[in-house]
Amino acid sequence: MRPLADIEIAIERAGVNPDPQAGAEQLLALAEEALEHWITARGDTPTDDEREGFRLLALHRQGAKGDPSFNACRETCREVAYHYNLIKLQPDAVEITDRLQMMGMVSNHLYLFISGKMQVAQLGDFCCSSRPIRTGSEAETLKIKEA
Amino acid sequence: MTTKDKYKKVAYYPGCALEGTGHSYNRSTKAVGKALGLDLVEVKNWNCCGAMEVKNVDPKLQTYLSSRVMSIAANEMDMDVVMAPCNGCYHNLKKAEYDLANDTESVEVVDKLSKKAGHKTYESGQVETIHALDWIKEAIGEDGLRERVKNSLAGIKVANYYGCMYTRPRHIFPEKDQGPGSESTSKPHFMDDLLAAAGAENVDFPLKTACCGGAHTLSDSDTSTKLVLNILKAAKMAGADVIATECPTCHSGLEMHQIRAEKRLGEKVDVKILYFTQLLGMALGLKPRKVGVHENISDSLRFLKEKGLA
Repeated sequence: MRPLADIEIAIERAGVNPDPQAGAEQLLALAEEALEHWITARGDTPTDDEREGFRLLALHRQGAKGDPSFNACRETCREVAYHYNLIKLQPDAVEITDRLQMMGMVSNHLYLFISGKMQVAQLGDFCCSSRPIRTGSEAETLKIKEA
Repeated sequence: MTTKDKYKKVAYYPGCALEGTGHSYNRSTKAVGKALGLDLVEVKNWNCCGAMEVKNVDPKLQTYLSSRVMSIAANEMDMDVVMAPCNGCYHNLKKAEYDLANDTESVEVVDKLSKKAGHKTYESGQVETIHALDWIKEAIGEDGLRERVKNSLAGIKVANYYGCMYTRPRHIFPEKDQGPGSESTSKPHFMDDLLAAAGAENVDFPLKTACCGGAHTLSDSDTSTKLVLNILKAAKMAGADVIATECPTCHSGLEMHQIRAEKRLGEKVDVKILYFTQLLGMALGLKPRKVGVHENISDSLRFLKEKGLA
């Protein structure tokens, strides 16, 4: 696995790959790699399973286990898979370069989301269904017992 | 009573953001309601929904705070529906509703705090919480809107941006994903439907529910700027003139980081950012000032003039 920061540059390059088919393969692999960083940082081994034909979606599911806020990138992962399919299944489409570029932007969003969550401890609690930073006994003391 | 009739008069919960950075959302929501003949009755003496800050410290306290708003609407105002235009408030009230229906400990804490605060305890199911999108979609509908349009949004290409809280987590929105007519949690479309009815051309926008980095704004502004810049660029690439928003946090984040991206990263993306209620209001014949366009951070006036809306 390359360092997380290098993924951003690689995504930028892959999004303008003159060979859209190869570019799509690279972007899918880079999106998976970003998810692998998240999973590894949480002490797990990234899965080799697939969901709906994509390891990317299985990795996202693994990354969101026990951390529902990670679902904020669920649709971003699905859009990466969707754009991959568009490029692979319609290789002669006139807009194929635009599609690759858009896949690059969606992959970049996934990278930024994950790197943002990993930068500062407990930033993982920032979004949608955020969980309490304080858990266990400390949370118990905060249960408004004074009330 | 049909849903259409039920939503014609609702308790209005603007929330803190709509009295601050999201003032133009407040103004435009009220103006659109008035133009459509819908009745908004503001929740008396409302309080913060618990937002993210309280929820991170003690989620049960957030449940109580949200329940108090619903309690006032139900028990002191005799209302059946609470409409919250802010995604954060909407999300939190829905979460509180879910917790009170499914978690006995939450029920106990809410009862205890409600008694101490001196108001009736909210009981799950007393009110229905809806978003401003549900409100217009159900009470007026696309056909009703089409009939009332005075200035079509034709010629305006829109990327509809819903943000991350309108649909997540799925389990607190049992009314969504119920087949035709209902909202989708993976590909929301209510805003698309309403703006299309007003004449706008919606573009295929893959980041419609992606994170705007709202909660990073203070702790890590650069990440927020990069996330927003990516959203702006993707919208532009999709062909959009405008990003339509329905969340004050997303909206102010998009506007502020659009400026920051230009200053810090030297990247200018010329895409306008407007609340969907501002676009609908202008389509209904309201002047930009009436829907608070002058209160937005970014300047859309020249663009709106070019499109015949100002």
